[in-house]
This record gives sequence, structure tokens and C-alpha cells, in this order.
Amino acid sequence: MNVISRFVKKISILFGRKLFATDLDEEMAFHREQAEKELIASGMTPEAARYAAMRRFGNAVRVKERSHEVVGFSFETVFQDLRFALRQLRKNPGFAATAVLILALGIASSVAIFAFVDAALIKPLPYMDSSRLAVLYESIPIGPKFHLSYLDYLDWKRENKVFSSLNVYNPGGFMQKTSEGLRPADGARVSDGFFKTLGVSPVIGRDFQYGEDKPEAQRTALLSYSAWQKRYGGNPNVLGQTVVLDNEPYVIIGVLPRDFSFAPAEPADFWAIQKQTGYCETHRGCHDLFGIARIKDGVSFATAFADIKTIAQQLEKQYPDSNRDQWAFMLPLTDVIVGDIRPILLVLLTGAGLLLLIASVNVASLLLVRSESRRREMAVRGALGASPKRLVRQFVTEGLLLATIGGGLGVGGAVEAMRLLDALMPKDMLASMPYLRDLGLNGRVGVFAGLLALLAGALFAFAPMSRLKFAQISEGLSQGGRGAAGIVWRRFGVNLVVIELAMAMVLLGGAGLLGKSFYRLLHTDIGIQPDHVATLRVAGESGKYDKDEQEVALEREIVRRIQGLPGVISVGLTTKLPIEDGDSTTGIRIVGRPYHGEHQEVAIRSVSSGYLPTLGARLVSGRYFAENEDASKPGVAMINETLAKQYFLGENPVGKQIAFDETEKSRMLIVGIVRDLQEGQLDAAPRAAMYRPFNQNPSNNFAVLVRTAQDETATLPILSATIQQIDPVMAIYDPMTMDQKIHDAPSTYLHRSSAWLVGGFAVMALVLGAVGLYGVIAYSVSQRTREIGVRMALGAQRGSVYRLILNEAGRLIVIGVAFGLAGSVGAAMLMRKLLFGVPPWDAPTLAGVAIVLAGSALLASYIPARRAASVSPVEALRIE
Amino acid sequence: MAKKPDLLPGTLDMLILKTLQRAPLHGYGIALSIKRLSDDVLTVEEGSLYPALQRLLLQGWVKAEWRMTETHRRARFYTLTAAGRKQLGIELTQFDQMIEAIGRVLSDAQEA
Repeated sequence: MNVISRFVKKISILFGRKLFATDLDEEMAFHREQAEKELIASGMTPEAARYAAMRRFGNAVRVKERSHEVVGFSFETVFQDLRFALRQLRKNPGFAATAVLILALGIASSVAIFAFVDAALIKPLPYMDSSRLAVLYESIPIGPKFHLSYLDYLDWKRENKVFSSLNVYNPGGFMQKTSEGLRPADGARVSDGFFKTLGVSPVIGRDFQYGEDKPEAQRTALLSYSAWQKRYGGNPNVLGQTVVLDNEPYVIIGVLPRDFSFAPAEPADFWAIQKQTGYCETHRGCHDLFGIARIKDGVSFATAFADIKTIAQQLEKQYPDSNRDQWAFMLPLTDVIVGDIRPILLVLLTGAGLLLLIASVNVASLLLVRSESRRREMAVRGALGASPKRLVRQFVTEGLLLATIGGGLGVGGAVEAMRLLDALMPKDMLASMPYLRDLGLNGRVGVFAGLLALLAGALFAFAPMSRLKFAQISEGLSQGGRGAAGIVWRRFGVNLVVIELAMAMVLLGGAGLLGKSFYRLLHTDIGIQPDHVATLRVAGESGKYDKDEQEVALEREIVRRIQGLPGVISVGLTTKLPIEDGDSTTGIRIVGRPYHGEHQEVAIRSVSSGYLPTLGARLVSGRYFAENEDASKPGVAMINETLAKQYFLGENPVGKQIAFDETEKSRMLIVGIVRDLQEGQLDAAPRAAMYRPFNQNPSNNFAVLVRTAQDETATLPILSATIQQIDPVMAIYDPMTMDQKIHDAPSTYLHRSSAWLVGGFAVMALVLGAVGLYGVIAYSVSQRTREIGVRMALGAQRGSVYRLILNEAGRLIVIGVAFGLAGSVGAAMLMRKLLFGVPPWDAPTLAGVAIVLAGSALLASYIPARRAASVSPVEALRIE
Repeated sequence: MAKKPDLLPGTLDMLILKTLQRAPLHGYGIALSIKRLSDDVLTVEEGSLYPALQRLLLQGWVKAEWRMTETHRRARFYTLTAAGRKQLGIELTQFDQMIEAIGRVLSDAQEA
């Protein structure tokens, strides 16, 4: 007999179920009648014979069930269990909604955060064998991650024995000449073997060839896939077309794959060849590149690092003028790309995990308490012949059903949460994290969500199941239930609450510290008054604005026109705005002091006379620049306090001279000192900076900023229009208010989002912890009603009943909070990198959150304590 | 009342098939026949008889039809099929082999 025909028979029985049942009934009735007749024939009275026949036949229902089991499908009983489970949930909508909601919240947060973790940390980078890739920097005394110079790069490339290839990239973007005028274009310059080093080939067209960076070769560029779609509509005829970037024509030779991205240089539409022409390619002191290398197979990271360090030391000896204190530094590419976000994601994932754990524990203890009221039901079902296996399966079905519904809702919630987090992320920041581009549900995230739901389901199935020892079925019938297992599980429930409270404490502590960090970050002295300041960037076409006089004229015209706008208080120009990357540095020397090529690296900006007053910078001593301080006047400079402290300790810098090199014309007289402006991110350490008059060192690419008495956001379009009138082909871009700039800065975003997310988790944990404690205390009170009744009957006061219950709760709270405090400090040590201006053991924060948690927990246990104290002894005793 | 020995596990199907080899019978008849032929030593529990019959039906070793008994009562009669006959042969051979093996072990144990 083969499986198929058996299956067909089963199916036909399934549909003729009624017939099958009546046939069986009739057959069994016939059987009993025959037995009866036989017994009567042997001399029994008809009545005695009927009973004897029925006895002999045994449990008719069970016989029928077993016959059904033979012909039925095993999943039929699963459906029965499922139907019953659904009915159970429908019967207790409050319980069902609470359990499902709590679980969905826990799963949603975990899955959403995991999707980010997956996108950033688990999904492999889109390069061949990405673990062998490293980024190379030059390191100088003030920091390790500085640009590499072109000539040093050539020497590193030639001398090293550890890299199978070494190339460079230069992120930074272009000014593209279009029919509508000049437009900023995202992009980077890369050396000829850059894509070969990464192991990436274009989807159409070709890669750069070796030697394509030679001065005589034609300039070429590759397009990113998205730029190809966006700018050229995906047209394959794009190959051979020319784009004008930074006033030079480039021929498009290929398009990169859709999944390609290179975060350190993103956003990038154009990947242009880095030509060996220009000032920087012939001067060892000009640093504008980063190296990307593939480590040879069999060579360890440490060996490669040591080799490149040795080469840098040799170069230092060989070129003492330019390479003094110039060392090599190297990081795995993965660290460069996700290094900043990794600790945050891990903290968030831990937070979400803790929350999920609390949520699951809560649902499990809800089920535990409910199972208490179902002992009767289980006992009855057992007595009626339900096999223990079937009873166990009922719990498993119910647990899995809860977990499935909760998990389904949770995944839905996670998708929404991801969309929300994505939308809240500043555009620029998203662009620099290309790996988050196709964030969403993928296989790994799906498996993760499934695993979570399964684990939760298992917990929900086993928590109440172990509460019901099947040996106690008869005990359950007699409404007993004070067995040893009960005590063990009551203790277990109590431990669960301690764990919940401890975890809530860890989350609250983390949230408190992150919140305080964020507050400190926003209230750190950045040396400027950011309110009512509007900014935008302007780029004039090279060719039109090449000469200093042309650029100075443009500056004066812009200032003149904007000054005339209503509400404008002051106008300033700068080559670089504050709260950016703090980059753009130069080496200086102090005139009159011996100089041996020491690295005295300071940030440098060219600013108009109105810039520092417009920002609201504070002058410490000396004066601001004058508008007429241009090339016709002696060179001057202003410095910040950090520079003054670093290089002029115990002296008055005003009136001293600094210079870029030994020449007379590079000398500048220091005319003023300002309080430090935060040039870099809000959490960056203060750095030495110097400012030069724009008119002594003009540029055709600068930022304009305006302090206005009116709404600065409304001023932005007016500013753009006004400047555009001066020159319609000029590029005007990145309009932004200063407040917005601070709000959207990556460091602000990271601190804000981690504080908010962990804060959100902590609030949910607090609520769930309090609810959990309430559940345990309420359960304990319900179990002790008789005891309390007896105590009161014997003369116990209401106050002592309160004490009894609150003591029990207090003990749990103290243990939970104590464990939690230890955990908080431990967790805070692990996330020290994310804290700003707050130590991990910050006592006021920890004490504050401990009080909040203990207070809420006490409040939660006060409600059942009140119920216990209002127990009427007579009723309590009568119930039993 | 002395407890009657249980059926050897797995032999019920064989006994039913063997019983049906002689003539088609209804469930009660099968139970009765087994009881009589074994001189009341073997009793087939009704609780296992009917599930066993369903199993045999499902395997296609027996087929069932409603017929009238001599006393003009409607009853479900079970008939052995060709597949059932073949299965009976297999089970008998296996059973013989087992009995023989058990016998050898027992006689050996007695000699020792």
C-alpha cells in the first residue's frame, strides 16, 4: 500500500467525516447489542447484561477517538489546539492584548535595531575580500589620521613589501559646469588602480587603466550607478560623453555596480582620475590624499603596519625638512567605515535586547499567574482522558500562537521604526553611511525575528507548563496547589522580577548618562551665538574669478547687496564654516624663534572682516580685521585661545608674527585673539586655529553667513536670489541656518539618537518593570489572602499588613536596584566612548534614576498592598 | 478472577487477518471468533479492535461493506483483500520465525 493511496483515503474520510462517525457509532452499538444478547443467553437479567456489555466495551468515546486518530491527519488535532488557544485569547482580551502588545514592542525594537546592525556590521562590504583592505594615513603629533602627500604615497607604494596594491583617493567633490551654470557635484579623485584594489569592476564600460593618471593621458571619470540613473536616465550611450568638473573636461568611461559604495568618499556621483599634475603632486609638504591598500595574502595587519612605519621613518630621515614627525598610520577599512557607529549600534542592540528580555519575562509571568487559574481546567481535561502529551501541546500551541501574533506585529512595527529612524537621519549623514541605503527586512533580519519569536514562544510554553506538574492533576481537581512546585515557581517568578528591575535600572542608567551627555553637548561653549544666523555656500566659476582682485570684488559686491536687505544686521564670509569636520590645516612657524621643521599644525580659514562679529565670537584681546585690509596692507592674522596657549604660553601673542615658511611675504602680524570657535564637531577637542583676512587670501568658493533680526529660515531664499542676481551662473548651495547645522551635525545626531532611543527603551523598561512587580506582588497577595485573613483575625493591624507586603516588595526592589546599579556602571564603562563630559559612574545621574525606579516600583506594589490591607478577615476565611 | 494474558504486541492485526481468511465477519464476530478459537485465552479488547480495523482498512488489507446478518440486522462485514492475504503471509512467516527463535532460546536455557 503506498503512501499516496493512503493519503487519498484519509482525505476522503476527512470529507466524509460524518459518515465515518455514524458508521462507527452503528458498528459499536451493534457490537454492544450482540454482547448483551450473548450475556442474556447465558442467564443474566437484561439490565445486568446491558451494564456488563458497556463495561466490557470500555470507554466508547476513547475508542472512537482512537479510531479517528488512525484515520485522521495529525495536524487536525493541531488545528483543534489552535482553535482552542484562539478561543482562550478571545476569552481574555485584556490579557491577550497586553501580552501581544508587550511582546510586539520588544520584538519591534530589537528587530529594527538589528536591521541597522545587520546593514552596518554584518552585511559584508561590497568589495572583494574586504578584510584584507586597509586605509593609510600620515600621522603627526596632534593626531594619527592626517592626509598623505602624493610623493610620500609614491615612495610607500614603491618601497613596501606587504601590499599587493596601494592606491589613493581624495574625497571632496567638484564644481560642475552645466548649461544652467555652475553646480556642485559630489565626487572624489582616485588613482588609476583604486577600483582594482577594491576588487570592483564597472557594470558597463571600463575601469581606469594603469598609466591613465599620467599628465599626457586624457582625463577620464567613472559614474556611480545612481548618478548614471539620475543624471543620464540609465542611458548606455553615456560612455564617451564629456563632463566639465572643476573647469577640466573628463570623458566618462564606465559605470560602477549598483551595490558599490565607498563610505569614506561618499556621497560621490563622479569618480575622476587623480592626475599627477599640479602643486601637490610635486610638493612633499602638500597633504591631500588617503591611501587604500590590499594586504598581501599571508601578511598580518601588524606586519603590514610595521613595514609601512619603517618606510615612513626612512622618509623622515631622507627629507627632514618636509617629513619631520611624519609617521604612518593604518586602519582596517571596516573600522574606517563603521568604526564610529559600531559602539552606538552595539549599545542600542544591547538596550533593545534587554527590553525584549524584560518584555518576554513580563509576558511569561503573566502566563504563569494565569496558569494558576487554569490548574482546574487542566486537571479536568486530564481526568477526562487527555493525554499529558496533548496537554503539553496545548501550552506549546498557546505559547507559539502568542509569539507568532506578537512577532508578526513586531516585525510590522520594526519596518515602521526603520522607516522613521531613516527619515529622522540628516541627509548628509545618510549619504556618508551608504551601507544603510537598502535597510530593511532581508533574510538575516527575517531569521533573527523568527528566532526571537520562537525563543519567546518556547519561554511562554514552558513557563506555565512547568507550573503544572502532571502528577498534581488530582490535586488540582481538589483545588489544592500548595505543592513544592508551587513554591519553587513562586520563587522563580520573584527572581524574574529582580532580573526585570535590574535590567530596567541598567537601561535607565544608560539613558540617564546618554541624556546628560547630550545635554552637555548642546550646552558646551562653542564660542558662537548660533541663533538668527543663516548660511549658504557660493562657488564662482574659475576663469571668471581666478585673480585675487576679481574675488575680492565679488566678496565686496555680495556684502554690499546683502547689507542692504531688510533685517540684516551683519554679513560675513569664510572659506570654512564652524561645526564641520574641522579639517583644512596648515603648518606655521613663529617668527623670531628657531625652526627645525616641527609640526605646528593649526586650522586655517580666510574670513571677511564681518565674519567673526556676525558669528558672535568673543574678542579676548586686540582687534578684528578691517574691511580694507587687503593685499595692499601688511599681512595680518587672528588666532584662537588654544593657539595662544599652545604656542605663546606666558606671552602676549598680539603684536608677534607667524609665518607659513621662511619667506618675508608669508609673515603675518597677530592682531587679535578670539575665544575658541568650535571648528570641528561638538564633541571634538579644542584645536588651535588661525584666521586670515579674506581680502588678503581670497577664494572663489566660500560660505556666506548673515545675522538677521528676522526669521533666519525665511531669509535663506532671499539670500540665494540676491546673490544669484550678481552672477546667474554662480553655484549657490547648502542653504542652512546655523541652528540647523548644529542640529544636523553627525555628532549631535549620534548623541541625540542614542539618548532618545535608549531613553525610549528605558521608559518602556520602567513601565514593564513596574507592571512586572505589580503582577508578582498582586499574585503573592492573592495567594496569601487566607494568611492575611488569619493574621487580621488574630488582631494584626492594617499598618502591619501594609508593612508585610511592602517589605516583600521593598526587598525585591532593593536587590533589583542594587544589581542594576552594578550593571549600570559596567554598561556605562563599555559605552564610555559615547559619553561626553559625564563619567560612567556619574553619581547624581545614577542616584536619580535609582530613585525614579524605586519610587515607581514602590508605587506599583502599593496598589496590591492596599488591597491586602483592606481584606476582610471574615471573607478571606470564608473563601477558603 | 485471574487476569487473562495480554495479546502479544503486534499480533492483533495478524489474528484479525487470519480470522477473516475463513469468511467475512463483522467486528463482534471477529472478537467472538478469536475468543472461541483460543478457548477463551485471548480476548480482544473492543478498545483496540475498532482502531485496528480502521488501520487495516486504511492499509487496504481489508474492505468493509454493510450487509444483513442472519438475524436481519445491519452490520459492517470485513473481507480480506488480495493485499491482505499477502500481508497475512508475511506476518505469519515473521511470527513463525520469532516463535522459533524464542523457542530456541528457551530450550537452550532449560538445557543449561
